[in-house]
Order: sequence, then structure tokens, then C-alpha cells
Amino acid sequence: MADKGPDTIICRCEDITLDEVRGLIARGYKTPDEIKRLSRCGMGQCQGRTCRLLLLQEIAAATGGQIEDIPMSTFRPPTKPIKLGLLAKARKERERGEGE
Amino acid sequence: MKSTADVVIIGGGVNGTAVAYNLAARGCGKVVVLEKNTLASGSTGRCGAGVRMQWGMEMNCRLAKGSIERFETLGEELGFDGDLEFKQGGYLMPAYTERQWRQFKQNVALQNRLDIPSRLVTREETLAIVPHLSPEGLLGAAFCPKDGHLNPFKTVQAYAEAAARLGVTIRKFAAVTAIIPMTGLNKRVVLSNGDEVETPIVVNTAGPYSQVVGRMAGVELPVHSERHQILVTEPVGSLQGPMVMSFAHGLYCQQTPHGSFIMGVGDPHEPRGFDIGHSWSFLEDVAAKVTEIMPILREVRVVRQWSGLYNMTPDAQPILGEVSEVPGFFQAIGFSGHGFMLAPMTGILLAELILGLKTSLDVSMLTLDRFVRGELIREPSVV
Ligand SMILES: Cc1cc2nc3c(=O)[nH]c(=O)nc-3n(C[C@H](O)[C@H](O)[C@H](O)COP(=O)(O)OP(=O)(O)OC[C@H]3O[C@@H](n4cnc5c(N)ncnc54)[C@H](O)[C@@H]3O)c2cc1C
Repeated sequence: MADKGPDTIICRCEDITLDEVRGLIARGYKTPDEIKRLSRCGMGQCQGRTCRLLLLQEIAAATGGQIEDIPMSTFRPPTKPIKLGLLAKARKERERGEGE
Repeated sequence: MKSTADVVIIGGGVNGTAVAYNLAARGCGKVVVLEKNTLASGSTGRCGAGVRMQWGMEMNCRLAKGSIERFETLGEELGFDGDLEFKQGGYLMPAYTERQWRQFKQNVALQNRLDIPSRLVTREETLAIVPHLSPEGLLGAAFCPKDGHLNPFKTVQAYAEAAARLGVTIRKFAAVTAIIPMTGLNKRVVLSNGDEVETPIVVNTAGPYSQVVGRMAGVELPVHSERHQILVTEPVGSLQGPMVMSFAHGLYCQQTPHGSFIMGVGDPHEPRGFDIGHSWSFLEDVAAKVTEIMPILREVRVVRQWSGLYNMTPDAQPILGEVSEVPGFFQAIGFSGHGFMLAPMTGILLAELILGLKTSLDVSMLTLDRFVRGELIREPSVV
């Protein structure tokens, strides 16, 4: 992303700039997991769908490595945000079903 | 590659990095931290990071109070240029039974004697502190405004970077596979890549893998690990000041400064082991309980769930100090689900014990020997 400035947003859900990510890489945090945890990059609503590749490219550029060699971070469920109320309702219905 | 050190710390979670920083700050020679993955990749990075002074036993009250007072100024002490996100919004513990109320009364009396600013609050005041709490069945609560929670990743980053500035070597992706006794007190610590570090002192801060590291040094530690699940929601507007913790539901729920809610619930049927998978039934279970006591959260969406391990001891209290049969082998393990909040004191106490200094608190009751002597500790306030 050499053509983009430091204020470029890399993670839109959490408003993380390229500059913040580069700062962490410079401090020795060179895996997506570390950067995600320290900056919240990829932790928002979309769970990294948009920024994951951008982040990998940035790490590869900084370390001179290949994207394939970077340890991937874990993708965690639920993939679509679910309301707590719906989950609670599902539990109640199941309990009612089991009770009868 | 062969090297030497004065102290080798195994595990780069909050405890390993806190011990490292405190050793370096007291002028200890060459300190090396070995972490098999990345820093905070163990329980620390998976935890709720809640901190409370409200305990039912003097030792825990003192450890937690000392730690929270240090958390208040930790960023400055460590020269951290970020924000530890310490939200000191208190812990509110609602009571739903007479028995619980009596226990809280006892706890608060002890806490107040130790200068902990907790108090019992009436049902009305409880609802004024957390207006979205359901009044159903509520008797009142115990509340301490000095309790709260922090960002665990940043806490570890702050300790690790401060330690590194003081000369500590921190090696990531460095898994210890063996600890071999040598002549004299020295031990050879072997890494999975074949590297070796020779040192007189080894500190076990391997969290849920402490028993594995213990076995490497020939010590069978009376601890086991057990999965605990947790979830985070989308961020919403500021709603909840304190952490709400209900013993009746085995539930805790906080709102981070970022706006998301973090919550978890214990499962009494969880088997022992190292499984850190997640289950759908956890999602339903925590949702049912949290929306029962805080119905407003029905509308909030879960974005992610994960799990981590508690390292449990028979009395749910940590093991701190040197193992008498293996001189130079120190433990800071078995935190049984509350090791984040005690880390500032754990770091100080272990550094003092290792350097042979007078300890800031008498923690001799927390040594491994207590299980041999049958002197188990009784703490009524563990979730
Ligand atoms: C879901 C959940 C919620 C929790 N909530 C809270 C809370 O609100 N408040 C609180 O105080 N506590 C809480 N805890 C407990 C808390 O997380 C732990 O007590 C604490 O983080 C322990 O820190 P540690 O540094 O001792 O261990 P860890 O953070 O687990 O660090 C140990 C490190 O050792 C490394 N390691 C292991 N074996 C080796 C080896 N052979 N070689 C090299 N490295 C190795 C691991 O990779 C790991 O990084 C919670 C725990 C869980 C799981």
C-alpha cells in the first residue's frame, strides 16, 4: 500500500489507521494475532473480512516475507452477529421441548 | 545455541512479564522470558481481566487491594505510552438469597477492616447503580467502587516493554521442552529448537501448562486445567458502569470502555483438560442468564466467542514461591480463575522471594507445602 498515506483506514469497523498498524509492527508485533489484539484491527462487526488481507500485505511488506508464511489468526464464531435475546429464546424453547 | 541467565521465566502471560519487570527493576542480573507462542496468547489474552478487592479471605483481600492500587498508576510506573483502559467502575454483586446477603455482610466487614471501600447497598441503591438490572428477586448487593477491569493485552505489552527496556530478553515462539538438573544448583532449560539456557533459577509462570512444566523439573504439581468460555458483543452506547457479578448465576458481565460487553458463565460439568474449543450451548446458557438479570441486553448482538483455561488448585488459591525439593524452582501458578487481578503483587512478591528480599506481604501460606501439610485455604467468594 505504498501509494496510501498513514491516515488511511485499514480496519473500517474499528477505525484503525495504517499508521497505528505500522507502529505496532515497528515495535516487534509481527503477527496478525498480536496486531489484532493490541489494536482491535479485525475485531469489529465484520470480524476481519475486509482488513485481513490488507494487514497481511502490510506485515509481509515490513518483514520482507511472503503472505503464506505469516501465521494466520483464528477466525471465531458467530460469523453473523446474533442478538442475545434470540439465543436466550432458543434455550427456553429447547428446555420447554425437553420438559414435555 | 547455548546461553546463560540468572533467571529463566517460562511463560509470557501477565504473571511472567510482571515477574520479569519486577526482577529487572530490582537490579537482578540477566533475566530471560521464554514464551512458546506470542505474549498474552495464554489465559491472560483470553480472560475477562476483571479486578476486585471484594474477597472473603484476608490474604486475597490484601493481594487484590495491593494489586488494584498498583494498577491505578501502572501505566506511569511502566512508562507505557498507550492506555491500559483501566475502567474503575466498581464490581456490583447482587444478592438473591438471605444466605448470600449474610455472606456479603461478613465479607464487607472484613474488607472494611482492611481499608477496602466496599459496602452493602440496598435494593433501591443497587438499581440506581445499575438501572437495567432486573428488580426480580433482588435483595440488595455488595459494591466496591474501586474494582474494575483493564485491557489484558495492553497490560502485558506494558510490562513486557518496560522489562525489555531494563534489559530483560523476551523470546517469543520459544517453547521449553525440558529442564535438566546439572551439577550444583544450575539447570539446563531446553527449547524445542534445540537452544539451551543454563540458569540457577527457573520460574514457572506457564499458566494452564504449569503442571507440564512442573513435570519437566520432576515435580508433580497438584493442579489441573479447565476450560472457561467467554463472549463479546458489538459495541453499544455507554450503559453499564460496574462489572456485574452474580454468584447465584455463576455469571459476570462488564462493559468495556470501547462499548462492547464481555461476559462469561461457569459450567460446573466442564471436564478437566486442555480443550479450548467453544460450544453453542455456552452461547445459549450465558444469553439466558444475562437477559434474565439484565433484560435490556436482549437487543445486543454477540460478535465473537472464545475460551481459555483456568489453572485450578485444590483450594482455588495460587501456589507462590520456591519448591522445597527443587531449590531454585519457583512457582506463580494455580490462580484458579483470578490470576490477572493479582499480577501486580505476584510480580513484586516473586521478585522479592527470588532475590531473597523481605516480602511486602507474608505469603508463606501460599507455598506448595500447604497441600502436604493439609493446610488448605478457605475462600468463600470464588465464582
Ligand atoms: C474465560 C476466562 C476469564 C477469566 N477472567 C478473569 C478475570 O476477570 N479476572 C482475573 O483476575 N482472572 C481471570 N481469569 C484468569 C486469568 O486469565 C489467569 O489467572 C491469568 O491470566 C494467568 O496468567 P499467567 O501469566 O499466569 O498465565 P498465562 O496467561 O496462561 O500465560 C502462560 C504462558 O505460558 C506459555 N507457556 C506454556 N507452556 C510453555 C512452555 N513449555 N514453554 C514456553 N511457554 C509456555 C503459554 O503460551 C502462555 O502464554 C480468566 C480466565 C479465563 C480463561
